[in-house]
Amino acid sequence: MTVDDTELETQIAEWRTYMLRRRAVSGADVDELEDHLRERVADLTATGLRPDEAFLIAVKRMGRMDELSREFAREHSDRLWKQLVLTDDAPAEAERRRGLLVMIACAALAVLAVKLPALFGFGFDDSAAFYLRNLGLLVLAPLTVYFAWRRGVDRGTAAALIGLFALGAVAANAYRLDDDSQSIVLTAIHLPLALWIVVGIAYAAGDWRSGQKRMDFIRFTGEWFIYFVLICLGGGVLTGITVGTFSAIGIDAETFISEWLVPCGGAAAVVVAAWLVEAKQSVIENMAPVLTRVFTPLFAVTLAAVLVAIAVTTNAIDVERDMLILFDLLLVVVLGLVLYSISARDPGAPAGFFDWTQLALIVSALLIDVLVLVAITGRITEWGFTPNKSAALGENLILFVNLAWSAWLYWSIIKGRKPFARLERWQTDYVPVYAAWAWVVVLAFPPIFAFA
Amino acid sequence: MHIAKDLVAASATPLVLGILAEEESYGYAILKAIAERSGGRLEWTEGLLYPLLHRLERLGHVEASWRTPEGGRRRKYYAITPSGRRELAEQRKQWDAVTEALQDIWKATRSIGPTASPVLEG
Repeated sequence: MTVDDTELETQIAEWRTYMLRRRAVSGADVDELEDHLRERVADLTATGLRPDEAFLIAVKRMGRMDELSREFAREHSDRLWKQLVLTDDAPAEAERRRGLLVMIACAALAVLAVKLPALFGFGFDDSAAFYLRNLGLLVLAPLTVYFAWRRGVDRGTAAALIGLFALGAVAANAYRLDDDSQSIVLTAIHLPLALWIVVGIAYAAGDWRSGQKRMDFIRFTGEWFIYFVLICLGGGVLTGITVGTFSAIGIDAETFISEWLVPCGGAAAVVVAAWLVEAKQSVIENMAPVLTRVFTPLFAVTLAAVLVAIAVTTNAIDVERDMLILFDLLLVVVLGLVLYSISARDPGAPAGFFDWTQLALIVSALLIDVLVLVAITGRITEWGFTPNKSAALGENLILFVNLAWSAWLYWSIIKGRKPFARLERWQTDYVPVYAAWAWVVVLAFPPIFAFA
Repeated sequence: MHIAKDLVAASATPLVLGILAEEESYGYAILKAIAERSGGRLEWTEGLLYPLLHRLERLGHVEASWRTPEGGRRRKYYAITPSGRRELAEQRKQWDAVTEALQDIWKATRSIGPTASPVLEG
């Protein structure tokens, strides 16, 4: 009997190791399943089976491991994230190779898209206005193709994606905007934002209503950004070395760099970074949360310092154009930090110190937003509406609503009155608001402000 | 008798919440309770039950706690929350509407009732 028991223990220990290898199943889940397994073994031995027979039946009843882990992955998409390919190893290898080929094809497409206008006289150096308007369009279309291809989107979704990009192309080029007008800068900033959310539709394989898919895309955005910045840093080093070595042998490489290396490398990097996010998931998932953990308290302290400085000196915020952009950028960074840490947080974990710093960050951002809003409204009542000020006003209002409600939700979560999922839902539900605003700025602002 | 997958999935949440509304419980006991209640006709897999419990926990409908009963192993217990009770009431309303409509249909089409067609049970 004791021999049977030790045998059973060995078998269960072995089963645990196999189960723990499944990344969609966490250690606590394996504990829970083990309890289940033992309970069933006990029930079966009570009916007269020997422990090893009972173990076999119990394991068999639990179902095949990859089926079980796939079900777990469906619920815990934050873990699914770690293992996007939930199949056996051999097909996974083939799948990886296919992913690599699709990536190379789409990166080549991106290079082609950026260089093709040069054939029609739009060189990268001398047609700055053309690229200012169209760059987002040219580099994000191949990225959308990449996701549409990889996810195998259906015909309706593909048509919608093409339609949205066509709309973007019309918005960027149909209006007669002066090269130094405010509207052209606003289009250059807002069109990529609007199109990025279109990329999200392809990323979610058309299932854009799903909150989980939206959260996955938010997470993807943060990690894509990190990879993109890393690639650009590497590219900067490469560029510097190229210029230096060629000038040493008396050849001027500048035209090659500004016409070929930078535009082509940048366009390809957009697709490569997206591929890296999914292919090298385990690298990034250790890095991104660390970055948010480090910078959330630092940003909270900085914002608090700004508020204290404003309170002490009673200096109003200077709302020149550059300042407006800076403050909007600051709020976007704060929102990015909040979004990313929300997306990476275990929704079941109880509230802790980090949640307090996060709340402090949101509240100080909210106060700064109020000061900026006051300053903008002051300027608008004095000088009237301009495209820049209206766009800034809209953005700050949108961020204000989001931050105010997030602060309230966070407070309730820390007090234990609401589950964490509510904050997650609020953020994912809010995504269409950004998309709608970006499209309004791109499509409606130029005619409203007489193409100023 | 085999119950279609969609039907099993649709009835899963109210069944679990209903069992937990009576008293707090743990995974294996819930699975057994479901088999008993359905006379063995509803066969759930672990792959259905545990992810569902985790989802209900994430939504705040149930609360989980690890406890070690005297002389036993560490075990994860689930208890229903007020929000879970509201969800159960809501689900019950929806199911009542469905069963009521079905009852009506069954009455109207009594000629093809379950006894009319002989089924070979495997």
